[in-house]
Amino acid sequence: MEQGGFFFQALVYLAAAVVAVPIAKKLGLGSVLGYLLAGILIGPFLLGFIGEEGQDVMHFAEFGVVMMLFLVGLELQPSMIWKLRRSIFGLGGSQMGITAVIIMGIAVAMGFAWQTGLAIGLTFALSSTAIVLQSLNEKGLMKTEAGQNAFSVLLFQDIAVIPILAILPYLAIEGLVSESSSAAHHATTWVEGWAIWQKTILTIAVITTMVAAGKYLISPMFRLIARTDLRELFTAASLLLVISAAILMTMIGLSPALGTFIAGVVLAQSEFRHELETDIEPFKGLLLGLFFIAVGASIDFELIANQPTTIMGLVVILVIVKFIVLFIIGRIFKVGLDKNMVFSFSLAQGGEFAFVLLSFSTSNSILPTDVANPLVAVVAISMALTPLLMLFNEKLIQPRFGTKEIEKEGDEMQEDKNVIIAGFGRFGSTIGRFLQANGVQATYLDLDPDNVDLLRKLGLKVFYGDASRKDLLHAAGAAEAHLLIVAVDEPEKTKEIIETANKHFPNLEIMTRSQSFLDSYRYIDMGVDKLYLEFFDTSLRMGVDALCHLGHRRHESFRASRTFRKQVMKFMTELSEVHEDKSLLLSEAKKRMQFLEQSMLQEKEDFHKEKDHGWDASQQINEFGEEKLEV
Amino acid sequence: MKKILILFAHPAYQKSRVNKVLIKSLQDIEGVTFRDLYQVYPEMDIEVKDEQKLVEEHDIIVFHHPFYWYSSPAILKEWQDLVLTHGWAYGSQGNSLKDKLFLQVMTTGAGQETYCQQGHNKMTIRQLLAPFEQTANLCQMRYLPPMIIPGTYAITKEEVMKHKENYKNLLLGLRDEKINLDDLVNKQYFNEYFK
Repeated sequence: MEQGGFFFQALVYLAAAVVAVPIAKKLGLGSVLGYLLAGILIGPFLLGFIGEEGQDVMHFAEFGVVMMLFLVGLELQPSMIWKLRRSIFGLGGSQMGITAVIIMGIAVAMGFAWQTGLAIGLTFALSSTAIVLQSLNEKGLMKTEAGQNAFSVLLFQDIAVIPILAILPYLAIEGLVSESSSAAHHATTWVEGWAIWQKTILTIAVITTMVAAGKYLISPMFRLIARTDLRELFTAASLLLVISAAILMTMIGLSPALGTFIAGVVLAQSEFRHELETDIEPFKGLLLGLFFIAVGASIDFELIANQPTTIMGLVVILVIVKFIVLFIIGRIFKVGLDKNMVFSFSLAQGGEFAFVLLSFSTSNSILPTDVANPLVAVVAISMALTPLLMLFNEKLIQPRFGTKEIEKEGDEMQEDKNVIIAGFGRFGSTIGRFLQANGVQATYLDLDPDNVDLLRKLGLKVFYGDASRKDLLHAAGAAEAHLLIVAVDEPEKTKEIIETANKHFPNLEIMTRSQSFLDSYRYIDMGVDKLYLEFFDTSLRMGVDALCHLGHRRHESFRASRTFRKQVMKFMTELSEVHEDKSLLLSEAKKRMQFLEQSMLQEKEDFHKEKDHGWDASQQINEFGEEKLEV
Repeated sequence: MKKILILFAHPAYQKSRVNKVLIKSLQDIEGVTFRDLYQVYPEMDIEVKDEQKLVEEHDIIVFHHPFYWYSSPAILKEWQDLVLTHGWAYGSQGNSLKDKLFLQVMTTGAGQETYCQQGHNKMTIRQLLAPFEQTANLCQMRYLPPMIIPGTYAITKEEVMKHKENYKNLLLGLRDEKINLDDLVNKQYFNEYFK
């Protein structure tokens, strides 16, 4: 097969994804399994569209994992991480330690040297951040207790990779042939040959700089870019940010995933959070998909066919050991049984870091290649099995428990996302401050970077972003929100926001600010029923005060304004039906206003015809008394 | 089956521990219409026609409220002032309420023992409710002995649950006409019926 050219490659990968993923989703298998199957299908052992270069693609696509951790970081406030510290170090630490020791024991029992055993143990203790987070996200389990626990363990593992990479060279066994090439991305760092304390100081310095930059440098920079109003420039800047964080971290010998994660957490407070999320999300999705395809394609079926029992046996041992260790730790940490099942099944696999560590181990003379290659296959198969295991848990085990994890109790990672206010100018901010004064925290979105900056200085949590975009509304939590308040002052923008919300979030209740009667009719046509004419209440209040100033009774005037308001609102719905026809609209509106004026005037003079005639005694006087008092 | 309209009025419902329990799941009882007046009319702008129509559709009218200054919260007074109009509720032409039953369900902060000549409230609850009783009479309704949930300042959970059960039985009994109205004639309070 002629495989020349980038476009042919792109064609193969994209076609495989576009065909396989919808089918897998339709079958209820989830996207991850779909990508993996697509990879197996186009891989060297079935259709053979891609061969050895699949490995390079995988290295490239691993960047999807890095982006995913950036996005996870964006969702996490620093305070949240502090809250999770017990599960990160407790759950994560004990999982790593115990699993590594048990697997090392098994390896030694199988006749390997202890150094080899330890390397395998540490490598296999890691789980797949990509598969686990993607699957949990897709099932909406990320914000549950099980999801948070799984995330904590994965975070610990990401941190643990750094010392593991430092330890591995010391496990080298004399006599194993060292391969010439050392692992690619550890060849060039600034810190090669530095002492531990120097590295530590540098690491702390770099992270401090990142935090400071995130606070004082990045926001102004993005504000500047936002002001140019060039959408793609913002996307470019977002990508630049993620890639720089990743490269910086690699240069000082940390994992790029950890680096972008920290960058994400730093920016979690920033007003550009939702916009960044929206921009990075598609890249992450594509790269992760590519990564899963590459994993599927890298499964060496020839190798498996040669020694099927060994490899499948190792897969079973790996999955069972990891599952049992996770389950017991979950119990010790008092995780509920159903949640513990989700937690343990989701993490019972080898991870993408295993590929890196295995090749690192071979090049450092810890593992002979003929041992490492089957192990690569074991990791890949266990990764491919994870979505199936989670499905097995979801369909066959979870139904046995009364409560389903999906009813999520622990919303700890989530901020209060019940209300979204689009447009945070003088109108929206009044609503926002009123809600806040009543203990309701809304998510505020605004398109004007200068305004966002100003409001942030006033201490309001406003995000920069265009609420008429589906992905941005989604990032702001529209899927879970109860209410969307559209308070922007551009009628066209208002229309776009309503259209997007109606189309993609049909269950979201919408309240709309309207600037004129004509706009209102259009909104009513679009199905909006909660309309707020921005001038109406204030002008009526002014009208009441004017009447009072002229000597009318206050309570009576106030009640009249209420009647007036109710009636006009009713007219508006009626008039919206004829608003296309200008002259008809005019005559109908005129007719109604005249009627309203007349009936209100009549009520005023003819008090017993008013609806509140219980306050009027003229009828009783007629029936029970006689008129002696001159009024 | 009789139809019951419960007009509930509590301006600080969010702070009421007892009424929250009492009204919970009332609207699920068949034949009962539960109407939270402060929720329907946050601006006290009572729609007279709507209210009259509702009343006409029901056989038993219940005022459910806390005892404020020996009377009801303001919105119930406003409701009476505006809805019970001459020519509809009373007067030579006003027969819309004729023969309907009228019941008050009321929480009081102080214990029932304070409501007597020796107690610091000087009068019995029944005496203090005279305006409601006479309103019902003038409208040709039958005034049933009120149900009192007294002493809510120091009430226990068990007591509230007991009252809630009585309340429910009372509604069901009236709805299905299982309660013989003649049995109530000599009772000061509906509570005695359940003793």
